[in-house]
Amino acid sequence: MSTLEIRDLQVAVEDKEILRGVNLTVKSGQTHAIMGPNGSGKSTLAYAIAGHPKYTITGGQVLLDGVDLLELSVDERARAGLFLAMQYPVEVPGVSVSNFLRSAVTAVRGEAPKLREFAKDLKGGMDALSIDPAFAQRNLNEGFSGGEKKRHEILQMELLKPKIAVLDETDSGLDVDALRVVSEGINRFRSSGETGVLLITHYTRILRYVTPDHVHVFAGGRIVEEGGPELAEKLEAEGYEQYTKASA
Amino acid sequence: MGLNEKPLSTLHEKASYDLGDFEVPTGREEAWRFTPLSRLKGLHSGKAEAVGHVRVDVDAAPEVTVETVGRDDARVGKSFMPTDRVSAQAWNSFEKATVITVPREAVTSKATVLTLTGEPAGNGGAAYGHIVVKVEPLAEAVVVLDHRGSAVYADNIEFVVGEGASLKVVSLQDWADDAVHVSHHHAQLAKDSTFRSFVVTLGGDLVRLSPSVTYTAPGGDADMSGVYFVDAGQHLEHRLLVDHSQPNCKSNVDYRGALQGEAAHAVWIGDVIIRVEAEGTDTYELNRNLILTDGARADSVPNLEILTGEVAGAGHASASGRLDDEHIFYLQARGIPHDEARRLVVRGFLGQLIEKIEIDEIRERVLGALEAELSR
Repeated sequence: MSTLEIRDLQVAVEDKEILRGVNLTVKSGQTHAIMGPNGSGKSTLAYAIAGHPKYTITGGQVLLDGVDLLELSVDERARAGLFLAMQYPVEVPGVSVSNFLRSAVTAVRGEAPKLREFAKDLKGGMDALSIDPAFAQRNLNEGFSGGEKKRHEILQMELLKPKIAVLDETDSGLDVDALRVVSEGINRFRSSGETGVLLITHYTRILRYVTPDHVHVFAGGRIVEEGGPELAEKLEAEGYEQYTKASA
Repeated sequence: MGLNEKPLSTLHEKASYDLGDFEVPTGREEAWRFTPLSRLKGLHSGKAEAVGHVRVDVDAAPEVTVETVGRDDARVGKSFMPTDRVSAQAWNSFEKATVITVPREAVTSKATVLTLTGEPAGNGGAAYGHIVVKVEPLAEAVVVLDHRGSAVYADNIEFVVGEGASLKVVSLQDWADDAVHVSHHHAQLAKDSTFRSFVVTLGGDLVRLSPSVTYTAPGGDADMSGVYFVDAGQHLEHRLLVDHSQPNCKSNVDYRGALQGEAAHAVWIGDVIIRVEAEGTDTYELNRNLILTDGARADSVPNLEILTGEVAGAGHASASGRLDDEHIFYLQARGIPHDEARRLVVRGFLGQLIEKIEIDEIRERVLGALEAELSR
């Protein structure tokens, strides 16, 4: 049983205040959706939690099972059990997918996986996400389509088995087939009940495949409304306008 | 707009066997402005007496002949003329040349490895050398030049590739920390011949290597790759020249380096000339530098001079940059510690080229040396 607790988180980028006091608790077995218009600070929340150097924490805490993640380096946060599926995974030339995944799994588990076991896990994970096995030999994200990159993010999540996964607009740029495959991956991952999911999205579409327990509306750098899955349906019908007006 | 008949570049204007035709460089010349002359130990000024020694051991493929010959041998100095002071000094100073001959239509069954080991005299004197690799028509060979030890050494190496022949060369500069090496590789490509050069420069205080390619007939194809890793205080300079003077020839240059430490200095000059008569030329040159720490510096100057309107392809690119923070963040976000993330990226950056080395033993050695550099 794990808990991610975000307490009054304030974040700036180049002296510009983006997050103005975010409070949110995600427990294993729960799926939280954060929805909001472009520019509301959703992605900033994701990257600040993960520790991207561009973001400056100006206040607050992010606790994972009582440990303040903000005190840890990026890799230490990942090893503590945090995972961020990125909106725009970068291409890393010369680093093969299989080499990268084995390095990551070794780092997170604290020991190198047995080769045969790892090969089996990798193949199983790739099959489940309809990823061509040839991708294992390709350079990390190089020449991958948008959908391939996102599938590959989910593959990493399934292999690394984090306590809490933050998914930053994993649904953006996916066609319906890819969205279904990716959603199935997320559902497989959360079905164990041992992990918490924080799903950041602009659209309600993915929530038809991945049903959230809690929905939070994000505007102007903070959470402005909270509710159950029905809130997503309300947003679908009414849009974000009322919130953007209120926060402006 | 008319086309000039002569290349504008002044770098290649002068060619002579006579040392007196080259003034002692002052460092203001275009060809010498990046090189710290004071660290050349006199190779450029005539003050480096030939009292040092670089031993040449040859482990040859059974199909080739290896000879040690005097200065007057008819095969020596036929494919090139010195174009700078140190090349002319080496030409005028060597006593014995090594001549490797790959007979017509022979396909060598293994690589011919020349190990050049610096054996410094107590006085730190210089040594001068000359090597000719002659691949006769339709023959195929692989040659490795493995430079080790400590030396102040200048040499000229001729690669004479006959009609329809193929030569693959790996030149490894794995010198001791105090070595100074100024070398000229002259490749001359006959009709329909293929030349593959792979340069790896890791060691030495100062290494200045100038690989050049000339074509005597159409159909020549040159591919030149290089990898260098520059540590604190090292000056590693590579000066490429491809002179397209024949129609329908190809050249491709890809050099990549990583630099780390205070006063680590890499210089890469890539000159490609496509002369008026060289219609149908297809050429591309690329240099990339990855700067790992503060205090390191990379100078990268590609020059592409096109004097004909009829080229099949001509391009160049040069990029020097730091490790990409986004790459490191991505790897770290997957739990990989910073140092290992850095290693993965650098290994990836250079590894793509290193994978092109076809000789397993050499490739493994270069990868091993790279790991050693990265864990410093």
